[in-house]
Amino acid sequence: MDKIAVSAQSPDLDGPMDQRFGRAAGFLIIDPETMESEYMDNGSSQVLAQGAGIQAAEMVAKSGAKAVISGFVGPKAFRILQAAGIRIVHGLKDMTPRQAVELFKNGQLEYADAPARPEDGI
Amino acid sequence: MKIAVASGKGGTGKTTVASSLFSVWPELSAAIDLDVEEPNLHIFLGPDPRRLKTVWLEVPELDEERCTYCGLCSQLCQFKAISIFDGVGLTFPEMCHACGGCFQICPAGALKVVQREIGSIHGNQRFLMGRLRVGEAMSPPLIRAVRREAERIFDPSMDLIIDAPPGVSCPAAAAVRDTDFILLVAEPTPFGCHDLKLAHQAFEPFGIPMGVAINRSGIGDDEIYNYCSGKGLEIMAEIPFDRAVAEAYSFGRIVARFSEKMGSIFRILADSIRRKVLQHQAK
Ligand code: SF4
Ligand code: SF4
Repeated sequence: MDKIAVSAQSPDLDGPMDQRFGRAAGFLIIDPETMESEYMDNGSSQVLAQGAGIQAAEMVAKSGAKAVISGFVGPKAFRILQAAGIRIVHGLKDMTPRQAVELFKNGQLEYADAPARPEDGI
Repeated sequence: MKIAVASGKGGTGKTTVASSLFSVWPELSAAIDLDVEEPNLHIFLGPDPRRLKTVWLEVPELDEERCTYCGLCSQLCQFKAISIFDGVGLTFPEMCHACGGCFQICPAGALKVVQREIGSIHGNQRFLMGRLRVGEAMSPPLIRAVRREAERIFDPSMDLIIDAPPGVSCPAAAAVRDTDFILLVAEPTPFGCHDLKLAHQAFEPFGIPMGVAINRSGIGDDEIYNYCSGKGLEIMAEIPFDRAVAEAYSFGRIVARFSEKMGSIFRILADSIRRKVLQHQAK
């Protein structure tokens, strides 16, 4: 199974997810079979005045993940992830990366076909 | 000479001051509204300005046949307007500041110039303004285009009174840069003082003489006066709060024309600004 990137506030699989995508603290790149994970810090995107979503999406694309789980993926990041053939699940909150991946493996999450809108929050 | 009227945030009476200053200015002058997101100076100056031109930015479009995905353009672009990786190439025209760098660096000739409309310029013999296209975020290039247009159409001997966009970020900086004087408009409240400080600190590096006009004096406290005297910022006018004046303003009337007293406040202000600029130029 392909790796999954989950926006996260810390390197801890059982810590809180980060609802933000472009300005997430970091990403956990998780192998859903073994649940082994690797943390990528996103601090360099967080400080950008603009284009944080673009930079974060490039980073996730380069990590080799083929799916992204997050709270809010905006239009620019969405375009990049789509172009890179990465599937997107968003609208998730109040859970840990481990829980999100479990839901994903059980087929309980749906892929998004459109970016989040500003009125959806964050 | 070019006089910018600016403020750390909106709603301080910047346009009141700019329109009044223009109406009493003793030399031949033109007014320029660079608050391109919400231009409203023309409401006071009438007649309605004519649309003079559309402003475009030259942004890149990727030719996927030619692109080698070397990534040079995307590394160069400091605005993240191009994303290139692993055979994927995307451009984000709405992020592009039209610096032109990517066109020059691309070794494969894979970037085509396309035009993107960001707004328009309107004006008449004594007035010029920019209007940002609805939904557009890229105001500094439009502000610079309006300023270039002013250089082109107004006689160099004319003085320019510039209504700058509120705030202290790129748009405001693009409007006050290369002027001869910055008049900061502020209210004498703690919030007003905070915004004045931000504006003063943001514009100080430009090395342009600055002064303060206090609007609605008589409300609030002394904080702003203490700040100005501590920093050697001259308070060049105090515009008293007056209900009748506020009402006249809301009907699009120029405050300096409202009463003899208001008129003389702005004539004195105009004179002190001109004196300061001439003194500075003599140095
Ligand atoms: S013109 Fe400048 S800002 Fe626009 S995409 Fe090219 S490098 Fe980036
Ligand atoms: S510099 Fe030219 S060839 Fe290289 S990635 Fe950019 S568009 Fe493609």
